[in-house]
Amino acid sequence: MTTLTSPAVRIRGLTKAFDQRPVIDGLDLDVRPGEFVALLGRSGCGKSTLLRILAGLDTEIGGQVEMPGRRAVAFQAPRLMPWKRVWQNVVLGLPGRPDRALAQRYLDEVGLSGKTAVWPKTLSGGEAQRVSLARALVREPDLLLLDEPFGALDALTRVKAQRLVADLWTAHGCAVLLVTHDVEEALLLADRVLVMDGGVIAHEVAVDLARPRPVGHPTLVALRTELLGRLGISEPAK
Amino acid sequence: MSSQQTSIVSAPPPDRASSDGPLVPSARPAGAGPPSAPTTRGASGAGRRNRWQLPRPVRRAGGPLATLLLWWLLSATGVLSPEVLASPGTVFGKALSMIADGELPTAIAVSGRRVVLGFGIGAVIGTALALVAGLLRLGEDLVDSTVGMFRTLPWVGLIPLFIIWFGINEEPKIALIALGVTFPIYFNLYAGIRGVDAQLVEAGRVLGLGRWGLVRHVVLPGALPGALVGLRYALGTAWLALVWAEQVNASQGIGYLMNNAQQFFQTDVIVVCLVTYAVLGLLCDLIVRLATKYLLSWRASFEGA
Repeated sequence: MTTLTSPAVRIRGLTKAFDQRPVIDGLDLDVRPGEFVALLGRSGCGKSTLLRILAGLDTEIGGQVEMPGRRAVAFQAPRLMPWKRVWQNVVLGLPGRPDRALAQRYLDEVGLSGKTAVWPKTLSGGEAQRVSLARALVREPDLLLLDEPFGALDALTRVKAQRLVADLWTAHGCAVLLVTHDVEEALLLADRVLVMDGGVIAHEVAVDLARPRPVGHPTLVALRTELLGRLGISEPAK
Repeated sequence: MSSQQTSIVSAPPPDRASSDGPLVPSARPAGAGPPSAPTTRGASGAGRRNRWQLPRPVRRAGGPLATLLLWWLLSATGVLSPEVLASPGTVFGKALSMIADGELPTAIAVSGRRVVLGFGIGAVIGTALALVAGLLRLGEDLVDSTVGMFRTLPWVGLIPLFIIWFGINEEPKIALIALGVTFPIYFNLYAGIRGVDAQLVEAGRVLGLGRWGLVRHVVLPGALPGALVGLRYALGTAWLALVWAEQVNASQGIGYLMNNAQQFFQTDVIVVCLVTYAVLGLLCDLIVRLATKYLLSWRASFEGA
C-alpha cells in the first residue's frame, strides 16, 4: 500500500547511556521497507530503549538514526485515553479534523466494528489492544513499532492477536519492529529475528518459511533452540 | 475473544456450568445433596434480598427522618424549651412566613450574590495558579511554595485585615469567600494535573499531539476528577466562608437575619437561617455531584459494595 524508496530504518553506531551506564553501545541495524523484524533479548538488554528511540521518545542519543517520518507505536499496555470514546482514541492526534468514518474503517479491520462509540473501560484486554493497533494503523505508518503488545494477554487472546498482526502486516505492507520476550512469537511472525545483548545486535537469524507457519515445523524448532541458547536458556535434555 | 475462553472453561458437567458461582457446587461432595440444591440456595438468597432490602434512597432517608422525629418528640414533651430550640413545627411555620413576606428570599439573594462573586473570583484565581504550577516547571517553582505559604494562614483570621483594607460593605465578605475558595481549587487541580498518567502523556506525544494538544486531550481530562473534587470542596468552603463573613457588620443577608434573631432569642429564625445555609450548600453539592456523574461517566472506578 505504501510505496517506499529509502530503507525503512538505518541505524549506525547508536549509543544511549543512562547515568553514564551504556545501554545501547554502538548498535547497527537495517530494516528493509515492508520487512517484519522481531527483536528478542533478556530483560534490561535495551530492546525497549531502542524502540523508544525509534518512536522518538528518546532523543538524547549518539550515532546516526534514519527512519521514516510516519511511524506508529503499539505499547504493551494499550494506553487508550479513558476519557475518549474508542473512535476518538483511534483518530487522536491526526492532523485536521478526522471523522468517525475513518476510525470505523480501521476498527472494522481489527474486528471491532461494534465498539466504535463505547468507552475504553468496557473493553476486554484483547479488545483494547486491538484498538491500540487500529490507532497505530490509521496513521498509515511506514514503520510500525510493537513493544510487547501481546505480553499482557492470555494465551488464547494472544494467538488471535498474533494472527491479526500478521494479517494487518500483509494488508498494509509496512515495516514492523516487534519487541518481544516470546521466541515462538518472533519465529511465527518475523522475516528476521534479532537478539540484542551487550548493547548491540548480538545475533540474527532469517526465517525463510511461508506463512502461516505451523508451530511444530522442524526448522522453527531448531531455530527456537538456537535462539533460546543465545538468550542463555539451554533446552532440557529429553 | 473471550467467548472462546468461556466455551472451553464451561465444558465440565451441566449443573456446574449453569451456576455462576462455581464455589457452591464444588464445595459439596458429588451427589451428597439434592441436585437442585445450588438453585434453591440462589433463589432463597434473592428472596431474602427482596424482603429485607429497602430501596437505597429510602434507607438513606431513614437517619435524618429519625433525627427529625426525635427533635419533634423532645419539643412536644417540653424537654426542649422554645428558648433553647424551637420545635420543628414552629420553625417550619416561621420559614413559610419569612418566605411569604419576602424576608428570606431577599436575604438569600444578597447572600447568594456574595457566594457567586466570591466563588467566581476564587475559582478563577485558583484555576489560573494551578494551571501555571501544574503545566510549567518554572510555574511550579514560583507558585507552589507561595500558595503553600499562604495556605498556612488561617483565612478566617484575616477578617480584621480585610475590614481595614476593604471597609465593612460587600468587599471584605466577597474577598474572604474568594480566599477560602482559592486553595481547594488550586490544590486539587494542581494535584490532578500532576497525577495524570505519564504513560498516557507519552502515548499522546507518540500520536503526534503538540504541547497544546497534550494539555487539551490528555492532561486536562486526566485532571478532571481531581478538579471536580476541588470544586465540591470549594463550594462547601464558600458557604462556610459566607457564614463567617456575614457575622461581621452585615446589614442584609442570611447572616444579618441570624444576628438580629440572636438579640431577641428567636431560635426559630436562627434555625430557619441555619437550614437555609444547609439547603443552599446541599443544592450546590448536588449539582456538582450530578455534573461529576455525567462528566466522569468514562471512569471505571469502584462504586461501593
